[in-house]
Amino acid sequence: MCGIVGLFLKNDALHPRLGDMLGDMLVTMTDRGPDSAGIAIYGPAGEGTKITVQSDTPGAAFDGLAEALSAELGAAVTMTRADTHAVLHMPEAVAAAAIAALEARGLRVMGTGRSMEIFKEVGLPADVLERFGIRAMGGTHGIGHTRMATESAVTTLGAHPFSTADDQCLVHNGSLSNHNQMRRRLAKKGVMTRTENDTEVGAAYISSRIAEGATLGEALEGTLKDLDGFFTFVTGTRDGFGVVRDPIACKPAVMAETPDYVAFASEYRAFADLPGIEAARVWEPEPATVYFWER
Amino acid sequence: MSVLDLQAMGLRAINTTLQSAAGSGDSFTIANPRGSHAVAVGLDGPLNVTVQGSTGYYCAGMNKEAEITVEGSAGPGLAENMMSGTVTVTGDASQYAGATGRGGLLNIRGNASSRCGISMKGIDIVVHGNIGHMSAFMAQKGNLVVLGDAGDALGDSLYEARIFVRGKVASLGADCVEKEMRPEHLEILADLLSRAGADAAPGEFRRYGSARNLYNFNIDHADQY
Repeated sequence: MCGIVGLFLKNDALHPRLGDMLGDMLVTMTDRGPDSAGIAIYGPAGEGTKITVQSDTPGAAFDGLAEALSAELGAAVTMTRADTHAVLHMPEAVAAAAIAALEARGLRVMGTGRSMEIFKEVGLPADVLERFGIRAMGGTHGIGHTRMATESAVTTLGAHPFSTADDQCLVHNGSLSNHNQMRRRLAKKGVMTRTENDTEVGAAYISSRIAEGATLGEALEGTLKDLDGFFTFVTGTRDGFGVVRDPIACKPAVMAETPDYVAFASEYRAFADLPGIEAARVWEPEPATVYFWER
Repeated sequence: MSVLDLQAMGLRAINTTLQSAAGSGDSFTIANPRGSHAVAVGLDGPLNVTVQGSTGYYCAGMNKEAEITVEGSAGPGLAENMMSGTVTVTGDASQYAGATGRGGLLNIRGNASSRCGISMKGIDIVVHGNIGHMSAFMAQKGNLVVLGDAGDALGDSLYEARIFVRGKVASLGADCVEKEMRPEHLEILADLLSRAGADAAPGEFRRYGSARNLYNFNIDHADQY
């Protein structure tokens, strides 16, 4: 199954509540997948680059990391820690060198960008939210996922969202059947993936199309032609999020819109606590149709 | 009229209460459904149930004789295998609404998504809006009435169910063809529209049914399998 959620806040007054609202939505979807959970939170894009990293031994890995990196890169690096994750903030010019330095230390890069932070771990959504303090996080929009694993192992790296480019990430309900072929096609173009997971290939496909000049809408349209299998995709970008379902559309999806927000979920249950949901326009996204909202 | 709060009582207690009362003709209101699954399933006698809000998967499944109204939208598998009675949804219904239904009236005032009436076996379904792709796939008996448009592959591998569509049909499925609307069909349609409270004239609809070419195995097609 898998449960996926997305929330795009149109009303600025709700921004401080993003983590709480999206967290509630994700917890409601817990029984669609108990294996791992994750959330991507988008704040206002600031100066510099944020790199979210993960370590199974955060004490040893993160103690003194910001200072060491600052010295190594010759630039100011600050760090915010949250359980097994840390978000490092630095000037954009040193970001590529920082990623190499972090990976050389054995740290896993969860995502990079000006506004996106990704937190994901094995376990139930409620526990993952608690470990990272996600309910206290504000932002403009976010997407989340709770996983029932099919195509790859239950690990931190196998958890969604998958990020394959700055400020871009993807959550997926379904399974892709041509992901190995697509992984090889992407590798020939120099687009590398880190895991055996099918969704990561979907994310890499979308970001490679955008890197080639496609709009988000065109990249999502491309998934309908180039990816085979079952999917309801929700993709996050710096400015918003997009939704697309495969033409057979057996994976559920429902959307709600009010003057304050646009919400996506696998099931209506996830909307029950959203403010003003009684008066929201609620509808099921059409198969093979691309939807996106951007600010 | 009894009001049952789903969040306070829990789903199983609600369904047990309704199933025990089935046959009494009493009226119940279910408050706070919050998209729950399997609300008001397995009712097998006269009973009036109003659900105040949207429901999730499998609402009103296996209904027999009860009248159930959902004031909101319904998730996948609405009124699956309904035997008789009436199920009304004021909003939209998700995929495979009315699947395998054997009787009764399923009245969807909004849109129904894909696979509406799949393998229906005698149920009458009236959709006031549009329906999605692969609707009435392998439908055997009953009537599917659509006031709006129908998606791709309508009535694929159809048996003897009747399909009436007022709007556009994106495409017909294998062995589904448009058929002549005869007086007896207009009569059936007028009755269904009236029972569903639909404001539409029977003459505005087109009828679709089975070309009956797929009924029997044709030896000339053996190499196609």
